[in-house]
Amino acid sequence: MSTPTRDAGRGASGRRALVGRAVFAGPGLLYVTLFMTVPLLIVASYAFLKRGRFGGVQAEFSLDAFSKALDSVYLSILGNSVLIAAITTALALLLGYPTAYAIARLPRQWRTVALVLVVLPFWSNFLIRTYAWIVLLNSEGPINSALVGMGILGTPLDLLYNRGAVVVGLLYAYLPLVILPVYAAIERLDPQLQEAARNLGATKARTFLDVTLPLTLPGAMIGAIFVFVPSLGNFVVPELLGGGKTEMIGNLIRDQFLVARNWPFGAVLALSMVAFLVLLFAAQAIVARRINGGGSRA
Amino acid sequence: MRRLGWLNVPMWLTYAFLYTPIIVLVVMSFNASKTPYTWTGFSFKWYGELVSDELIRQGFINTMIVAVGTTVIATILGTLLAIGINRYFRSAWLEAYSLTPAIIPDLALAIGLLAFFTLVGVTLGLHTVLLAHVVFGMAFVAAVVLARLGHTDPSLEEASRDLGAGPVSTFLRITVPSLMPAIVAGALLVFTLSLDEFVIAFFTDGPATPTLPIVIYSMVRFGVTPEINALAALLLLVSFTVVISAQRITRLTDSL
Amino acid sequence: MTDTRPPILRLSGLSKRFGETVALDDVSLDIEQNEFFALLGPSGCGKTTLLRSIAGFEDPDTGTMAMPAETGEIDLASLPPERRPINLMFQSYALFPHMSVERNVAYGLERERLPKSEVRERVGQVLETVGLTGKAKARPAQLSGGQRQRVALARAIVKRPRMLLLDEPLSALDRKVRAEMQLELKRLQHEVGITFVVVTHDQEEAMSMADRIAVMSNGRVEQVDGPIDLYQRPRTTFVADFIGSSNAFEGEISAGGVQVAGVGELPGHRPWPVDTDAATLIVRPEDIRLASPPEGLLEGTVLDIQFYGGSSTLAVSIDQHPAPVLVTTHGAAAVRRGDRVHLTWSADRAVVLGRSA
Repeated sequence: MSTPTRDAGRGASGRRALVGRAVFAGPGLLYVTLFMTVPLLIVASYAFLKRGRFGGVQAEFSLDAFSKALDSVYLSILGNSVLIAAITTALALLLGYPTAYAIARLPRQWRTVALVLVVLPFWSNFLIRTYAWIVLLNSEGPINSALVGMGILGTPLDLLYNRGAVVVGLLYAYLPLVILPVYAAIERLDPQLQEAARNLGATKARTFLDVTLPLTLPGAMIGAIFVFVPSLGNFVVPELLGGGKTEMIGNLIRDQFLVARNWPFGAVLALSMVAFLVLLFAAQAIVARRINGGGSRA
Repeated sequence: MRRLGWLNVPMWLTYAFLYTPIIVLVVMSFNASKTPYTWTGFSFKWYGELVSDELIRQGFINTMIVAVGTTVIATILGTLLAIGINRYFRSAWLEAYSLTPAIIPDLALAIGLLAFFTLVGVTLGLHTVLLAHVVFGMAFVAAVVLARLGHTDPSLEEASRDLGAGPVSTFLRITVPSLMPAIVAGALLVFTLSLDEFVIAFFTDGPATPTLPIVIYSMVRFGVTPEINALAALLLLVSFTVVISAQRITRLTDSL
Repeated sequence: MTDTRPPILRLSGLSKRFGETVALDDVSLDIEQNEFFALLGPSGCGKTTLLRSIAGFEDPDTGTMAMPAETGEIDLASLPPERRPINLMFQSYALFPHMSVERNVAYGLERERLPKSEVRERVGQVLETVGLTGKAKARPAQLSGGQRQRVALARAIVKRPRMLLLDEPLSALDRKVRAEMQLELKRLQHEVGITFVVVTHDQEEAMSMADRIAVMSNGRVEQVDGPIDLYQRPRTTFVADFIGSSNAFEGEISAGGVQVAGVGELPGHRPWPVDTDAATLIVRPEDIRLASPPEGLLEGTVLDIQFYGGSSTLAVSIDQHPAPVLVTTHGAAAVRRGDRVHLTWSADRAVVLGRSA
């Protein structure tokens, strides 16, 4: 993001740079460290402590929390969460990638409008948006009423309070987050690369597979991460749309901190979520480097 | 490469998917009937009930306090941070670090702050929510301003110094005005984010001063009521207005 | 160079508009087999649109593009880009960043579903031809500009197309590399025996490399000729002006040349335009020489002298004539600024062109 030409001969002298750093970046960095890094470190440390008698923690080293996390009950919840998050991500890509592609092909003026329209719902209240699906999917809701009313169905479908509803709710929450990075990647693609492939004998389909897809893959992966990780950590959707039958990591974590008060266990779960995030980002970075070719720009 | 008409189908599906629930909500907010699934007539009465609901009013006031406070602090800190990193550090790692609060799962941040506040012995209330919101709000502002800084010409400031203006004067007269669109857009975005933010508030708020999203959460858990539709429609209106204004001011999507 | 086979590409009546702008205006050309052909003109003249139409990335509104085939002729417009026997070297090279040099070059052959051994062999051969054997495994990002261009070239040539289109092949290179590449391209064209069609805005490039040049302006073809004829016998004022530098005198056709107001009759060589009396006389700076008074056709004062080492260019202000006249002489000029001089030239060095008044 910093333009390269700025570096030439603009190195501020030692003292001026120091003052600049302190005055400008200092407060912000301190704040982030104090209110994000420190809290996260505290939580990380809790994973290794013993559960307090009245909730919270005791200052005593223990790996109880980790062993609890490996219990089959919780592993199955983890598996369930990963499954639901993965399905949501797959659907998001299936719907979002072509959408981003279609938007990228619109005339310039329409593209901005199209993007804003995609992003708009994302900026509205998340609870409201989830609530909207309770209304829609309800057995007396518009969808069922329409289907029954038109005689297609005899009795209303059980659309709500199951895993499917959770997937729909999560998809609704995070779909815009896939479209933006994918769009950015497609927009940055040099159209002459696709023309070159055509010129060398590749059909449109081949061109997509050989050129477009690989070169937009890093962007698509970012989008996937933006859907997958929040889906894992979401507890509102499973709670409101899953009807208590669907428990995911998010619910579990929330329960540990607010209800069951087993903070070390909650900390372990939260750490695993962050670990997922880090791993996925690392994977994305590796793929991005491989695709864009190593070596310096000559 | 030009006539792939079928490619537009997913796009329209996406828009239908994204906007149908919203349209349904707005339509139903004007439904005179108490049961949401039968239409008995057009009415504003739920909007009326909304305004007179004490709990919702309190929630709204609390949310506004937090949102305004967050916006002010986060905008200042975020802008300074962005300038600091762009001008004096030029390190990709530091940039990533300052943007991390925006990417960290909100649940992780929420429990982290809960643990932190508990450890330090601070009672939870609107002040803790504000402190929490500033963390990620600042990251958003920084991101927007950084993007803008990437497109600005640093020789403007050098010209200003060359013509005799000191560093503070240059900052106030040249730097800040040229960044204004990004700063304003960032502020608007933080405001909207804070307004709607639930998870972090849920963990860091005290029981006596619920924010509006928390109020909504308890309302929704107990079932569907028509008041919520009206509230939803209003909140949507506010969010949309803010985002569209932010977009116009800075043409955010151009940096994509 | 002279081939008795039919033209490899016959363009007739191609036109294309983009909204209000006319990109191609009734373009008709023949490109001969095995020649080095250039499309020359300023930006916006339509040369790139023409190139992309031939390659298949633009569809002309009217006109045909015919290539001879076993069964008579094929109209290129009936083929999608991937099936035309034409390859394109892009101005930006368009190398696939996620593939090595080898894979880039092999790509086109793989699309032809050739056996792997043959692909490997041909790739190896062509990399040797362009001198990049050692860089086979490298990625485009690791190569220099000149190397990337050679990869782009190799990728296009390896398919042995009937025609190779090159879009501004030398514009991205610095001067020294450019000169080398010019020779390279000529050598390559002879060696490989493919018809080359180069698009360029640089007339020196076109003149030094091409066998024949089509000069374009505003979507129309102004003149198609070899470099020497283009230079010595321009047929429109645009061509005269675009290729090399020239002096223009406007007037009416008279017995010996063109009668210019206030200056007199200036000699030019026949044939003269038949359909109009308004004419422009074109004479190149290097064809004008300094004369002693009785011989002089024009008289004026030296305004400025520019010395280029091997030659000098004088700008002479001529009484009664609006623009200064440019004269090129060998070595250093024998006159100084402010001197009064007489200029002359022989009739056979000046061209008379019709002018739409």
